[in-house]
Amino acid sequence: MNRLSVIDVARYFGRRKALSQVSFTCEAGEIIGLLGPNGAGKSTLLNILATLLSPSKGRVVYGERSAEDGGAEIRAQIGMLGHDLFLYPELTARENLTFFGQLYGLADVARKVAAALEQSGLAARADELVSRFSRGMRQRVALERALLHHPRLILLDEPFTGLDQDSVSALVSRLREQQRAGCLIVLATHDLDIADTVLTKALFLIDGKPVADHSDGRALRDRYHAAVRSAPARGGS
Amino acid sequence: MTRSTLYMLAATTAMFAVAPWIIDAAPNEATMGLVYKIYFFHMPSAWMFLLSAIVAGVASMRFLFLKRATADHWAMAAGELTVLFGAFTLVSGPLWARKAWGVWWQWDPRLTSSLVLFLLFVAYNLLRRYGGPGSDKLGAGMAIFSMFNVVFVWVSVNYWRTIHPPTTVVPSLPVAMGIPLWFCVTAFTLLFIVLLRMRARLEHQRARVDALYLAEES
Amino acid sequence: MSAFFRVAWIVMKKDLTVEVRSLEILSTTIFFAVTVVLMFSFGLVVEGRAVQDVAPAILWIAIAFSGTLALGRTFERERHNDTLRALLLAPSDRPALYVGKLAGILLLLLLVELMLVPLVGLLFNAPIFAHPGRLILLLIGGSLGFCAVGTVFAAMLVRARSRDVLLPIMLYPMTVPVMIAGVRGTAALLQPTPDLAMAQFWLALLGTFDVVFVVLALWTFEPVMTD
Repeated sequence: MNRLSVIDVARYFGRRKALSQVSFTCEAGEIIGLLGPNGAGKSTLLNILATLLSPSKGRVVYGERSAEDGGAEIRAQIGMLGHDLFLYPELTARENLTFFGQLYGLADVARKVAAALEQSGLAARADELVSRFSRGMRQRVALERALLHHPRLILLDEPFTGLDQDSVSALVSRLREQQRAGCLIVLATHDLDIADTVLTKALFLIDGKPVADHSDGRALRDRYHAAVRSAPARGGS
Repeated sequence: MTRSTLYMLAATTAMFAVAPWIIDAAPNEATMGLVYKIYFFHMPSAWMFLLSAIVAGVASMRFLFLKRATADHWAMAAGELTVLFGAFTLVSGPLWARKAWGVWWQWDPRLTSSLVLFLLFVAYNLLRRYGGPGSDKLGAGMAIFSMFNVVFVWVSVNYWRTIHPPTTVVPSLPVAMGIPLWFCVTAFTLLFIVLLRMRARLEHQRARVDALYLAEES
Repeated sequence: MSAFFRVAWIVMKKDLTVEVRSLEILSTTIFFAVTVVLMFSFGLVVEGRAVQDVAPAILWIAIAFSGTLALGRTFERERHNDTLRALLLAPSDRPALYVGKLAGILLLLLLVELMLVPLVGLLFNAPIFAHPGRLILLLIGGSLGFCAVGTVFAAMLVRARSRDVLLPIMLYPMTVPVMIAGVRGTAALLQPTPDLAMAQFWLALLGTFDVVFVVLALWTFEPVMTD
């Protein structure tokens, strides 16, 4: 998969337009940011990209394939770091990674898990229950879980929440690594300053609709505020 | 409502208006006298109850597997009608039983199976109402399970009572009683179709209004 | 095909590992089942003697109530931390996830019954060792039928509102044939002169129910869980 194309995607819940007219492409080696206030539809869009939700209108094309044809094969190439981390607190870090490794049908799971634990710097605490970890450590395990099967498309939902400076740098360098390896990365976040250092392209979402971004070299924060101000005011939904 | 539905509604109303006279014309039954005539409404109602359940099940399958959005509207309408006709059946049955055999309820296999099916569809309606978003798919799953369960419920309830003697089966009918029966069956079937179409149309319209809201460029 | 069973196996193993760590669901469910048995006994024991044929009824009602609890709480664990979404995200066959979950919950329920059946036998002087083979088959057949339907419903309800009360409302009417077959079959085995033919009939009905509903569940699991 070298390209992700989102073509005029919309998603409705009853009368509510959670997303509308969303179109963008992501090429290999790009990190796209989904930016917007709470309730803008970022999580909904990520779920659609993960094939967990189907769009009410429009389509998503992964490389050559669209979501309906691909199914399991597409999911095998997607890694997601959710807001709720997707980890079992009653299992150890190693057990969590082993479970998901086996679920994804990876060969030589034990070795891959050990390598992942090394990478995340948690090898020493691999056999402790995840419930005892801090948010930052859990995040690191969750990231390794998402990357264990070497996915081509990496989706991250608010990954910088509650992280200290060191964890943020560790996460950013991991993402840059994946970027150099040619992965496609889509990242939803509030953290404009951190995002500014990482993103190659930004998509501003206000009330489910993309807002034009006049990328004129200004800092992300300024462009974001300009976008919010220029978005048409909407009445109550 | 559409023209055909209007005609059917008119026909149904006319038939129900005339029904009391037609039923009155039927002879009284040997042992039960006048009371058995509840049967002329009770039995068609029971048939519509079962038919409704099957329609709900089939529509749910079309919704879930063929992904037809409109099928869900039919399923919702049929689900409500199952409860409606079921309630009527379960009230008229005991009324008849009380007069004919002296007890309100005696765990008759048919009545008990009907009660279970009724409860299944009450649960279906509660699920659709209170399940929150996504309950259309959940409801579809439940309706499909209910449809397949009908046979099992019937068999298990039937054999559950093997120690006890079976209750009096509906007596075989002379022609004089056959006419009012089939008249009422026709009236009830028309009623079912009219209500189903009107209710499903309400759901179609609701979906169209939602679509119009969504199409509006804000 | 082997991938299917591999996935089911690791899901089940994961559930059992999580459960063994805390034993939370197992211990509380067993205790709950025992309480249910006692509550019913207080209602149904007159002058120190149990009403005729009440032991099978109490046993199966306790199984139904505790089964419902176990189902709800197992899926509550998947809701916490949204791991159910992670399971659906994996490229594995969705019905395999269902089978894995079903196996775990069934095992849990059977363990509860392991405690429950001797208790009921003790309290009501029921001859549970008269035909142990058939009794075990009845328990497995009935529990499987109950859990097969319950697992689909509990999974469906994970993202629904009012899920706590909707699960019993949906599950109890749906499993009426299982309850009837379980109670009447057990009664046939435990009565003074056991009616083996009758017990066999109910066992056959349970078997058929299990096959039909597991197939139905495998068929509907994916469309119902995906949006």
